[in-house]
Amino acid sequence: MTVLSYFNDLYSTFFATRSRTINTVFVTVISLLALFAVPTLANEYWLQAILIPFLIFALAALGLNLLTGFAGQLSLGTGGFMAVGAYSAFKMTTAWPELDIIAIFFISGFFAAGVGILFGLPSLRIKGFYLAVATLAAQFFLIWLFNRVPWFYNDNPSGTITAPPRTFAGVMVTGPEAAAEVRYLVALVLLAVFVFFSWNLMRSRFGRAWMAVRDMDVAAEIVGIPLLRTKLLAFGVSSYLCGVAGALFVFLYLGSAETIAFDVNVSFLVLFMIIVGGLGSITGSIIGAAFITILPIFLTNLNPILGIDLAVDLAKHIEVIIFGGLIIVILILEPHGMARLIQISRERLRI
Amino acid sequence: MEFLWDFFVAPFIDMIEFPIFLAEVAVSGLLTGVMYSLVALGFVLIFKASQVFNFAQGAMVLFAALTLVGLMEHGVPVWGALPVTAIVMVALAFAIERGMLRPLINQPPITLFMATIGLSFLLEGAGEWVWGSNVKALDLGIPNSPVDVGGMLLNEFDLIAALVAAVLVAALALIFQHTPMGRALRAVADDPQAALSLGISLRTIWIIVWSVAGVVAIVAGIMWGAKSGVQFSLSLIALKALPVLILGGLTSVPGAIVGGLIIGLGEKVAEVYWGPVIGGAIENWFAYMLAMLVLMFRPQGLFGEKIIERV
Repeated sequence: MTVLSYFNDLYSTFFATRSRTINTVFVTVISLLALFAVPTLANEYWLQAILIPFLIFALAALGLNLLTGFAGQLSLGTGGFMAVGAYSAFKMTTAWPELDIIAIFFISGFFAAGVGILFGLPSLRIKGFYLAVATLAAQFFLIWLFNRVPWFYNDNPSGTITAPPRTFAGVMVTGPEAAAEVRYLVALVLLAVFVFFSWNLMRSRFGRAWMAVRDMDVAAEIVGIPLLRTKLLAFGVSSYLCGVAGALFVFLYLGSAETIAFDVNVSFLVLFMIIVGGLGSITGSIIGAAFITILPIFLTNLNPILGIDLAVDLAKHIEVIIFGGLIIVILILEPHGMARLIQISRERLRI
Repeated sequence: MEFLWDFFVAPFIDMIEFPIFLAEVAVSGLLTGVMYSLVALGFVLIFKASQVFNFAQGAMVLFAALTLVGLMEHGVPVWGALPVTAIVMVALAFAIERGMLRPLINQPPITLFMATIGLSFLLEGAGEWVWGSNVKALDLGIPNSPVDVGGMLLNEFDLIAALVAAVLVAALALIFQHTPMGRALRAVADDPQAALSLGISLRTIWIIVWSVAGVVAIVAGIMWGAKSGVQFSLSLIALKALPVLILGGLTSVPGAIVGGLIIGLGEKVAEVYWGPVIGGAIENWFAYMLAMLVLMFRPQGLFGEKIIERV
């Protein structure tokens, strides 16, 4: 009974009202800061090198977390699904330049969702690590496809796709002339929209069905949850978010990209983000993305700060070692991710 | 129409018209498959005994090869460098058990999987830091020349690699079947809790399997390193071994061998006969597609333990 006696208030007073107020206040403050304070305070380097990739990876991590953390389907195809979003956005905006770029971002996700559902089909029979390796088929096949078929990159001899200059409501959003502040704000608003969407989706019938499938799919089927539809929906929604993230990755961050920008390392990186942040936690996806994006930059800048002068390749190797080591250390210290740390400290502090 | 002809008919006509060439392609594919099996073997050993999906096996291959070549570059002869590398790999197994497996005991499999990805970063970085990141040649004195076997031109090196793999598998099979240690390993693979209650130390078993996987990594590292040079890309062969692994079944040593042969054969035949039709360079994904197709019919791989689900 020790667990119960700890919560000495009623559920309605302890969790429902108090923590929700704090949540609302916290989210509002963060949103206002991110919307108004950050663009004015941060310089070009911070926006371009840290904040924009962080927001985009947060969206991709959110997508993967819906699939892996909530629906329990381990996937290593994130990079491939992101590539589908990026290439379909590129094809659409070059074919119909008058189409609104924000609308294109939203539509490009649907192509990724379609491909995701296709590669999610085996998930009904294949499970666990077998499924994870099978999703690598999507990763390698899609990258090969975008490399091999010149139609996807408009027969560009260099094989790259480049974000053309496009405006939204009269403001330049993509292309070389787009201001970093604008690109930051677009990524931020899109991420906020999808976070809000996911929060609500997880409390809906579909979200609960995903979690039931994750916890025990046979039991879920017995209580009447259609397995195939639920799993495919998870693959679809997850790939949709990853696809939008991929489109943003090229259009708002890289400017131009080859397929190598979406190779299997991206899939692992996004998986790292959700593990470090916390499986099955929306906040965790964002925290994990922040951590994994900032860590390499921090490590690169560590030597100059400490005043140690190392050879470039030596510094690179040490960086890789520290990165790998930190991953293990974090997993040992808190296997449930940083979201769990926040939860624990909130329970301790009772806020 | 022409594409359909090229895709569905022409390759088979080629196969029938030039059977010797087909046999050559098939055998060289099988021999490449043996090389994949060597890497997949390390995965299986660890997964069987500890349920850890060891993504760092590729990095261990690279690390072992780098250590061996690095020692040889510093003037240590092969017969001296080999035992030293083996000692390094065993020491690594101890370090991994102490530093990673023990603190992560009872964590969900995905956490351990992620930890081994972290480990692969660590090993790649450490190996290149100590031994340098330039491409190194590993010369074993095996001629890389074609030999005539029954009318087929085969690569002598591939034949010797297959022989080495066969010896290694035979040795492993003997150890597993006929030594007390092997029996303990099989007991842990079968039921860790029952094994534990009989007094078999899980920690010792883990150190042993990681050491054995390390030794397998040395062999794989030597063979792959001699074939394509010791360099960073060696750790990427883990990605080649994964489809082999799931095709054969994560828990089956024979599965790793048969899976490797199937993937090697399928990949080579597809590349030679169908590659030109659909644009070439298909070896990156073909193995995965093949493995996925097989999994649709046998979700636990060809030889894996059947997954029984109860509510």
